[in-house]
Order: sequence, then structure tokens, then C-alpha cells
Amino acid sequence: MRSRWLKAVVFALGLAPLGWMGWRAWNQDLTANPVEYLQHFTGNWALRLIVATLAVTPLRKLLRLPDLIRFRRMIGLFAFFYGCLHFVTYLWLDKDFEVREMLRDVGKRPFIAAGFTALVLMLPLAVTSTTGWIRRLGGKRWQRLHRLIYVSAIAGVVHYYWLVKSDVRLPLLYAGLAGLLLAYRVVVRSRRPARVAGR
Amino acid sequence: MSIKRSGEPRYSEITPRRVYLERRKFLASLPGAFLAGRELLSPSARARAAQFGRPVKSPLSVADPPTSLKDITHYNNFYEFTTDKPAVADQAKNFRTSPWTVSVEGLVKQPRKFSMEEILKLAPIEERVSRHRCVEGWSMVAPWAGYSLSVLLRQAQPTEKARYVAFESYFDKSQMPHAAYAGIPFPYVEGLRLDEAMHPLAMLCVGLYGEDLPPQDGAPVRVVVPWKYGFKGIKSIVKVRLVAGQPPTTWNLANSREYGFYSNVNPAVDHPRWSQATEHRLGEFRRRPTLPFNGYGDQVASLYQGMDLRMNF
Repeated sequence: MRSRWLKAVVFALGLAPLGWMGWRAWNQDLTANPVEYLQHFTGNWALRLIVATLAVTPLRKLLRLPDLIRFRRMIGLFAFFYGCLHFVTYLWLDKDFEVREMLRDVGKRPFIAAGFTALVLMLPLAVTSTTGWIRRLGGKRWQRLHRLIYVSAIAGVVHYYWLVKSDVRLPLLYAGLAGLLLAYRVVVRSRRPARVAGR
Repeated sequence: MSIKRSGEPRYSEITPRRVYLERRKFLASLPGAFLAGRELLSPSARARAAQFGRPVKSPLSVADPPTSLKDITHYNNFYEFTTDKPAVADQAKNFRTSPWTVSVEGLVKQPRKFSMEEILKLAPIEERVSRHRCVEGWSMVAPWAGYSLSVLLRQAQPTEKARYVAFESYFDKSQMPHAAYAGIPFPYVEGLRLDEAMHPLAMLCVGLYGEDLPPQDGAPVRVVVPWKYGFKGIKSIVKVRLVAGQPPTTWNLANSREYGFYSNVNPAVDHPRWSQATEHRLGEFRRRPTLPFNGYGDQVASLYQGMDLRMNF
């Protein structure tokens, strides 16, 4: 019972940024440059939620709250969801759905290539996020596949860092958080016997 | 002497159509305004005033419809206050702009400090509707008020040795506490070649939409160079120095690979990280092509004859 209820709360929280965006759009309050606002807003939330999924495992251990694992899939899928919205705002509002133009951008602009990589790597993770896929792949292989999120997180942070002009405070904050959460895994792994896979 | 006139309605009282339509929208959205109101109730809704009379229309204006006052005053790059464009209006609202003096010095026969009152009287204030293209890829159209920068420079009589003009912005940490995080050095400095600065299109700007320049747009006096990227239009200037060699400029100091001294709007030369071929005009939905020299090529291209604009970006 309690579990169901909590999951609904987390789901609602995941939708809250979208709701906030919709509310501001309804009130014509998306700043003088709504295109840029929507792109930054969705990109920011994708990155925040990627960091949040990375935080689940360390927090489970440190806070002794193993139940947190129940929310990780949902947080990850929301990260992918905002990442997709971010991509769509770019493809639609900047590239007018010209896929070839978009791909040329990816080839030519390192910061776009980094963002594109971050999103594309999340696609197989979203697809195989179901219990059925975990069974089909087997826990170990599934886990290895889902470590792609580490690469996604790094690529996402680099994408943001390469995009700003000079005020790098926020990209560095994300880099710091992601770095800390990845370092945690390295430390945990190095302390374990070599044959046991870390999380 | 009082400069305020009482007979005719002030320019500010004739609300541009776009602005009053926006106010109606604002009223219609009052339930939502509870949250959104903070941004809507900023200086554009407050009383504004002009220290100069009604400006005369300039023949140098472009025909593009001006961007709304609200957008021009709530989407600003003024890194001394904050790097968050929509937040500059609020951060700059208490900026003290009076008294104000601009020192014109260096290689001139008549170095002199001008008070703001003197600057406002050097020439008739004209309204010039100019295109503004930011290096970030957005653009707007602003009805600036002022006169050609050459008026000010001629007052000081540059000597034959003067080849460039160096500008410096006001900087005060106590009024600009977020400047430390901007990632660029302050005070902000900019520069033009003397012939660029003497071109009639280069403007000394003191107003916007017929009234005093709001703090976030560079109060009380700024430079507008409409054929160059927006960052060349230095705000809140206190010093104008005539010099012999090319002066340092802030964005070039911060990143010389990405921001050149000339920084003429050029769709053929990309920023190293993004394309400059198109722009997002505020208030429009689709991107539009960027024009060479921001559409002022007929007037200014001759300044750069024989120069490789790819090298001198």
C-alpha cells in the first residue's frame, strides 16, 4: 500500500517540471526567448535527473534505505523523457525537423555531438528498463549494459560545459556531483573482491 | 534649467500598440499573474521618464518592426549584474546612474569630462530603430535614442595619431555583487577603429522607446554599433580614450579564439562552437537568415575593403 502511494508521489514529482513549464507557457511567461527557455529548462531537468539516478545507489547504502531502488527506474525514465523533450525542441525549433541538417550539426559541433551521445546512449536503457528485459538479458548482463548511464552523465555534463559562454558555475556543479557519484562507485569497486560486479 | 515639458504628451504616454496589447493580455491572465507577476511588474510597467525632449526620427532607422519594450528590457546580457538574461532587469533596478560623467581623453586636443546633462545637449536626440544581433544567435530591433558617436569624439578633437577608440564601462563591485561569477574580467572594455567609430551608424545612445535608457540596457549612456555583434555595444560607459594601437576588448581577453576585435555580424563565419548563419528574432517563431553586417552592408562594407573578414573576425 505505502509503496504504491509513494511511487505515485515520485511520479507526480517527475511530472512537476513539465507542469511548471506548461503553466508558464499558459501565462505567456517563457521569457523574451521562449525557444531558448524551453531548451534550457528541459536540458537542465534531464541532467538533474541523470544525476538523481546516479545518486540512488550511494544513498541506499549511506542512508540505509535499500527501498530507494524502487524509484530508480522511474527517475531514469523521466531523465530520458526530459532528454527527449530537449532533443525535440532542438530538432523542431532550431532545425525545423531537417534530420540531415541535425546530423550535420552532430558531426560539426562538438557540444551537440556530446549531447546527442548522452541521449542516444539512454535509448537502449529506456527500452530494456522493463522487468521482462532484465529477465531476458540476465541480471549481470543487464547491469553491465546499464552502466552506459555513466557515459551518458559525463557526455551530458560536457555538453553543458561546452555550451556556456563564460559563467561555468552550473556546469561545474553538475560535473562535481556526477564526478562524486562516479567516484563513489570506483571506491566501492576497488574495495571489493575483483570477481563481484559492483553497482 | 528644467528640461521637462508640460504642454504636449510625453512620448512615454503614447503607449506603443504592442505594449498595450501586452498589458491587456496581462490583465486577462491575472489569475496566473500571481506567480508570473514578479516578472511582468518590472520597470516597463513602472513610470519611466525622459531627460530629453521628444526625439526626432532618424533617416538611419530600419523598417523592421521594433521588439516590445518588455522583451528589450527583460532579456539582457549585462554580465556585471548577472549572466541570467531574464534576471538582469531585477538585478540592475537600483543601479545609480546619477551623477554621471564620461571622460574623453587620450590622443585628443581637448580632453574633457562630460556630465550627463552636457551629453544630452551636444546634439538633437534622434530615434533610430536598429537591428541588434547577439553573438549567441538571437536578435531584436530596438528604437534607440541618441546621436552619432562622432559628435562626442569631434568635441574632443582627436589628434592625427589617434587610430582607435577604447571604451570602458562603469564598474562597482558593491553595486554589482554577482560580477565575480561572470567568468570575464571587469571593468568591461571595448574598442573600435577610429573610422568605425566616426561612421554615422555608430551611435551614442541615451534612450530607448523615447525615454531614458533603463539600467539593464546600459544606462545612462552606451554605444550602439548595429553592424557588429551586440557585445561590441558597450554599456554604461565612463571613459572614451583615443589611442594609437588596437585596444584590448573584454570578450577577446576572455577567449581570443572565439571573439575577435572586429566581430562584424557575418553569417559566413561561424562561432567556433555554433553557427552564425541564422538567428532567432525575439517575438518570432522560426529562425531567420542572418545578413552580412546585420543588413548594414551597403553603408559599412567599404570600411573593410581589402580585409580578410575570416581572419579579422
